[in-house]
Parts: sequence; C-alpha cells; structure tokens
Amino acid sequence: MSDLAGVSSTLLYAAFLLYLVATFLFGGSIRQKGLRDGEVVNRWGRLGIIVTIVGFAAQLGYFFTRWAAAGHAPVSNLFEFTTFFGMMIVGSFILIFFIYKTVVLGLFALPIAVIIIAYASMFPREISPLIPALQSDWLHIHVTTAAAGQGILAISFIAGIIYLIKNIDQSVSTKKTKWLEAVMFFIVSVVAFILITSGFALADYKAEFEYVNKEDAAAQQEFTLPALVGPNEGTLLTAEKMEPLADMPAFINAKKLNTVLWSLAGGIILYVLIRLITRKRVAALLQPLVRNVSSDLLDEISYRSVLIGFPVFTLGALIFAMIWAQIAWTRFWGWDPKEVWALITFLFYAAFLHLRLSKGWHGERSAWLAVIGFGIIMFNLVAVNLVIAGLHSYA
Amino acid sequence: MGKVKCECGHVNPNGTILCESCGRALTEKAKQEKFVDMRYEGSARRSQTYNKTIIDKVWNFFSSVKVGIWIIVLLLVAASFGTILPQEFYIPSNMPAEMYYEDVYGQFGKIYYMIGFHDLYNSVWFSALVAALGVSLVIASLDRVVPLYRALKNQRVDRHESFMKKQRLFAEQEGTLQASEIEKIKVKLAKKRYKVRMENGALLAEKNRFTRWGPYVNHVGLIIFLLGALLRSVPGMYIDELLWIREGETLQVPGTDGAYYVKNNEFTLENYEEGEDPEVFDEAIDRVGTVAKNYQTDAILYRDENNELPGAEPELTEVQAKSIQVNQPMKFDQFAVYQTSFRQDEMKAMHFALTNKETGEEFGEIVVDLFDQQESYDLGSGYKVELRGYYPDFDGFSESGEPVSKSPLPNNPAFLFNMITPETPDGEMSFAQIRNTMEPLGETEYKMAFKNLETRDVSALTIRKDLTLPILAVGGIVFMIGVIQGSYWNHRRLWIREKEGRIYVAGHTNKNWHGLKREIHSVLNGTAIPEPEDRQKD
Repeated sequence: MSDLAGVSSTLLYAAFLLYLVATFLFGGSIRQKGLRDGEVVNRWGRLGIIVTIVGFAAQLGYFFTRWAAAGHAPVSNLFEFTTFFGMMIVGSFILIFFIYKTVVLGLFALPIAVIIIAYASMFPREISPLIPALQSDWLHIHVTTAAAGQGILAISFIAGIIYLIKNIDQSVSTKKTKWLEAVMFFIVSVVAFILITSGFALADYKAEFEYVNKEDAAAQQEFTLPALVGPNEGTLLTAEKMEPLADMPAFINAKKLNTVLWSLAGGIILYVLIRLITRKRVAALLQPLVRNVSSDLLDEISYRSVLIGFPVFTLGALIFAMIWAQIAWTRFWGWDPKEVWALITFLFYAAFLHLRLSKGWHGERSAWLAVIGFGIIMFNLVAVNLVIAGLHSYA
Repeated sequence: MGKVKCECGHVNPNGTILCESCGRALTEKAKQEKFVDMRYEGSARRSQTYNKTIIDKVWNFFSSVKVGIWIIVLLLVAASFGTILPQEFYIPSNMPAEMYYEDVYGQFGKIYYMIGFHDLYNSVWFSALVAALGVSLVIASLDRVVPLYRALKNQRVDRHESFMKKQRLFAEQEGTLQASEIEKIKVKLAKKRYKVRMENGALLAEKNRFTRWGPYVNHVGLIIFLLGALLRSVPGMYIDELLWIREGETLQVPGTDGAYYVKNNEFTLENYEEGEDPEVFDEAIDRVGTVAKNYQTDAILYRDENNELPGAEPELTEVQAKSIQVNQPMKFDQFAVYQTSFRQDEMKAMHFALTNKETGEEFGEIVVDLFDQQESYDLGSGYKVELRGYYPDFDGFSESGEPVSKSPLPNNPAFLFNMITPETPDGEMSFAQIRNTMEPLGETEYKMAFKNLETRDVSALTIRKDLTLPILAVGGIVFMIGVIQGSYWNHRRLWIREKEGRIYVAGHTNKNWHGLKREIHSVLNGTAIPEPEDRQKD
C-alpha cells in the first residue's frame, strides 16, 4: 500500500516539473517564429502543449494511485484539495487551448498552477483517514466538481490578467498600474511564502510555545517559522529560538498570523528587489510577452471560461454541496463560512454575467472583474480554511 | 395601447425599436445609431415604454438589470459580513450571546453583536434583500422574455438592408447571388445544424434559438427555489428537533406527535487505530493524535399503535432497526433521523456494599439507578438499606447542614442511606458518594462502601422533516437546465440577401463572436459571397 503512496508522490513531483518545463516551452513559442501557412501554433507551442498534457497525465496518475492507496479520493484535506485545484486549472487550460489555440495562456496558466501546487505542499502531505462527516461518495462528487468549476473560472482570471498586462499603459503611473502591481505583489508574496516555508522546513526549525488559549486553558503550539508574533501569554519552551516581538490576544491564531507576516515581509523584499534590479513594474516586465495576442480574443476567452465554469461551479459548490449537507449535516444550508463564500462566488459571477450581457462591460472592466472573481475563489480556499474556522476546516 | 406600423406593413406593439418583421429602425434614436442594439432584438419592453403610474414605476425599478446587479452586490457584501465572526448558532451554548461576543472578541465583538451581525442571515433587512432579488427576477424576466419571444417569432427572412448594415458582422458588394452557390452553402449550413429559410431570394440561417431562453429558464428555477425556501415557514412543512437519548432508553420521537418511539440500543464511538487501520494512515494519526472513524447509534424505531386512542398506554411495534451513522440517517415517513452529537460515559448507576467497618465483612450489594431509585433495598436476613436522600449534583452542605444539589443532572451524585441490620435495627445513617463515605449524624458501625459505577453514552439525534426539499430540488434542476441551456450554446444567425444588384451579408450571435466568424468563414469560403467583417475590433 505504501509503495503506491510513494509512486503517487513521485508522479506529482514529475507533473510539477513537467509544468515548469512546459512554461518555458510556451515562453519560447510566443515569438511565433517558424509558423507555416495557416498555423497558429509553432513547434515550441506544440511541444509545450504536449508536455503539459504529459504532466497532466502524470498528475492524474498521482491522483488515482493516491486514491487507491488511501481508499478515498485525495480531496479530503487542504494539500489534496489545493493540488487537485491546480490540476483542474491545467485541465481547463488544455480544454481552452484546444478551442482557441493561444500559447500565451499557457505561459501564464502553468506558472499559476505550479505556484498553487507548491503552495499546497506547504501543508501536511500525509494521507489522512476520513472523519465520519467525510465518509460519503458525495465527497468525490462535490469536491471534484467544485474544484473543476473553480479551475475553469481561474482561466478567466488568467485571460483577464493577460488582457490587463497587455492593455494597461505602463508609460505613466496610474491607479490602474498600481492595482495591477497589487495583484503582482500578491503572487510574489505567495512565492515568498513557499520559499520561506520550504527554507525553514529544510533547516528543521521548530519552536514550541506554551500559551493560554481562547477558552482560558493552557495549550501548546509549535511554530515552524521564527515567531515574529507569539501566542497569548506565550512562553518559549524550545531553547535557543527566537523570542516573539509581541504577544497576540487569545482570539487571534498567532501561528497563522506569523506565517502571514513572514509571507508579506518576504513578498515585499522580493518585490522591491525585482523593481530595483529591473527598474520596471512587474506588469511592465511581462508586457512584451503578451504583445502579440489579440485583446479581443483574450476578452472572449475570459468570458467563455466564465460561461463554461459558472454552471460547473454552481453544480459542484452549491447544488451537490446542498445535497450532501442535507445528508451529512442534516440541513442543506447552514450559513457555514465556506457555504457563504461559495454563495458569494456564485453571486459575484452572476453579477459579472449581468454586467457583461446587459451593461456592456467588456474588455478592461470585464478583465478586472475576472481578477476579483479569482480573488474571491482564493479567499475562500485560503482564508476561509485557515482564518475563519468553520465546518470545512479539515486542514 | 397604441401600435406602430412599419413601412413593411408589420404592426408592432407600442415601444418597438426595431420592426419585429423586417428590422427597420422605428425610433429616431435607433435610426441615428451606427449599430443596432440587438440585445432584446429591439422589441417593445414594458419598462422602456410606460412610466406614468406607480405600478409602472415599481415595474421599471425592478425590471432594471442595474437594480438587479445592485441587489446581487448588496447581498454578497452583506453575506460576507456574517462570516467575520461566527454566527450565533455556532457559538458555544454555555454563554449568552451578548456576553460571548464581547468576552471573546472584545470591543469589536460587542459592536458586532450590537448591530445584529451575530444573526445576520435571519435579520429582517437581509430577508428583505432576498425578497427584492426574487421580485427583480420575476419582473425583469417577464419584461424581457415576452417581447423577445414575439420578436424572434415574427422575424422575417429578408431583413431590410438598413438592419443588416447596422450589424456588427457585415459586408456588402456588388453582384448577384448565384442559385448554385446558394445551394452549396445551404448544404454546408445544414451540416452545421443551421435551420435555413429562403424567402424572396433572401436567406436566413439560424441555429440554437433555444439558448436565448436559458436565462429565463434559470430565473424560473431560482424563483421556484426561493418560493420553496419561503414555504418552510408554513406549519407542517418543516420540523427540526434534537433528541438526547441514553443507551437503553426508549423515547418518543419529537415532532411525530407521539406516533413514533425510538430506542437507543447502543452508541459506538470508534477512532482510527494504528495497526488496525491501513498503514498509510499511521503518519496522520501520529501527527494529529486521535481521528474519529465512526459515530453510531444502534436504534430501533417503533410505532405506537395506540397513539390515536386518548389515554391508552403506548403499544409499540417495531418498524425498523438501523445503525444510524453520520452520512447514514434513518428514514421513515417523511422524517430523517441523524447522528448529530454525543456525550460519553454519563453515570447511570452506582453500586454500594453494606459493610461492617470493623471486620470489613460485606452483607450484600445494592445498585442505585440514578434515574430510577427505590425507596429501600432489601438484602435479606434482616439487612436492609433505605434511601433517605438523593443529591444528583452534590455541592456541599448548606448552613443548616442540609446537603445541596446544584442541579437535577447526575453530575456528582450523593446519597443519604439508612442502614438497617440485625445489630442496628433502628438504622444508622451513611452519606455516600463516589469513593467517599461520611457519617454526618454520628459514628456508625456500618458504612455504604462505594464499589462500582455504571456508565452509558448519550447520543444526540436530529429529527428532521422538510417537505420543501422536492420543491427546492425542482428549482435547482430547472436552474441548472436554464444556466446550461444559456451558457453552452450560442444563438447564431446569418442573413444573405441581394437587392438592386448588391449582395448584403450580416451575421449575429448573442455571444462567442470568434466562433461565429470561424463558422461563417468555413461556409462562405470559396464562394463569391463576401465574408462579413467584424466592425467592432480593437
């Protein structure tokens, strides 16, 4: 059994590397050299999509071998779900690629998937047994459909962000360039989080704290990053580790806040370094890569992805969710934070579609909306699981 | 109500912008525009035509998509506020909400509670927003679907060239249409599942008109869903009860008016164990500690045959036996019984032995059921124990020396026994607790020595009936059909006509213009008919 789990991990690692390789292949393809008559994708691009498909197959292999090893579909904790979400982004990209044949989409979709899978691996990776509430076939049905919907909607974000990188004038500093840089900074911070967490994990940093929790009871917490902020009335138990600069009140989870602070600090350093070295905004750096793609086509891809993804998301994240909630939690709807944020996502994309159809919000406005929509999806994935504890906090 | 007669002879409803039949612009504004607004085919919408009475104004307000979007945005922002802190129904029940929020979250929590965000989703204003959304769905849909249906039904094949010229995809060229070419593209169009109509030498190819009804179908689904949710408040539609039931107990099922009883035979809690469960879980169990595997109540459901007879003793007949687990509720009638919660090892009975203090000799053991005590327990041969006092939740002695019970729950049971033996026929008093005996009324020869404690688990079952579920299911299905119908197909049209030595070609789709362009290209490629150009390019 555990051999299977080992094979599974290797396959995921292979997929991760293949996605990285494909990113560079797509990078090589965007100059559109060597295009024969009637071709829209050159040799680099064809190679890129082939490597992507092989990577996707490897990740499918990871998924099913892990399923076999665990006896349940690997979508039951934050690592597994987030990895699956990354896979769905790649799957959606492949689907959209065959409709529109745009290589530049791959140049952005694959790194995003790579970052998401790397982010996922920062959480406990072991195969966990299912608690009673999760022991149902609806686990597979609900979670996979919801993630597929989110993956397709993520393509809308990717097309949107390319649209913005291409069309926002970088010669002057405006509100638009600042907001776009904010999005870039967020992505850089996630990369910083991955680097910092992996770095301290390699160094095997562990600092144990004793503190007083929300219920006024003594509790212990292990920090895997040096504590900038420590828990409520915390005392450091491990010798020769960094003392926190400040203690947090009991209702704040100091460990999580500490991770956020580290990521932001790392993000700022990384971002400032990029700006200092290149003397350009990050979006301006990326602009030359997207020069050749038609804005009109990007707009269409972004909208089309919402059209394809919205029904899938609704089915998975609301309808299947309600059916399962009725069976497992006795009620189809209980205003659990995750449920509410799924509803918010649904309402947001509903507003998006109405703005587009009836108010004529095309192009840039639509692209911004696609970015915000993905922001809501990521908030639901990250913040609602880690910060707003509810029934869905399995990780 | 007035009518507008077009030059082509078609009589349109008042307020029509583009003639339903030929497509000519009927208003001054529409005549000026570069492109025709094809969103609702230029049909006469009530909201755009009348604005006099209050009804008009209410109708116009709710038919506006702008208002609808505002309602959606307000709803989503409001909903997000409710997730900042846990809602009232998720906080621990041992503290009143008004204290809890301030206690745990400080000043912010206090304000959160004061403005009512602790129970946001049941607030009047939130419900009002949902209601406004429902009204908007009905009115906005009706305002559009009826005229749209009329316009698509009445459209004719040979559209006026002014209509064609104002389409986004358009081309014109001198020349005449060749019958052979028309035949050729008709075959191609049919292959692409277009319905082709010819009239007066003009051609209209159309496909997937049904997708235009998608939005209205999904709105109908949403309305059904909201109505279903509304019906929950109708008496009899919805029952939600919680039943705490101890092992061995048989209790009436709440919400069934005494028609059903349920017995808890046994409650089981299982955790994952290393060695027993698959090895791959070991790492996770090591890290987390305990991982629950199963919560289960072995239940038997009975029907009371005498339920209809007033005053009669219940006569129970077994209906079904089932192990109720999470995700596996027991179902009967329209009810479902769920495993919701549990308390382990609640005290059930205590064993005491009547013991001679000096010799340690025991003269029999009594079992006091904490839920059903006897007045006296006869041990034979002149030995007898009388229960003089029972203090289920003993909390010390009052000033007058009386034992005090904090609550009726058996959390810390204590007993005052009168021990009667052949040596002490008048009895001696012993005050007994778990692992402790006292002699509050003077020294005794005998004592009630604590021997043993029997415990049992208590299971919490949720009993639920929700007759609105089928309605919600219909709403959900209709919504999904509508949203798929509207999203996964495109309504495409291609017009070709010849007039006075010129060929006009125009194309329209409600979305996905790239697809339409590709399709038209493959149809017209290699013919003398000009390919329409996209005139709205960036």
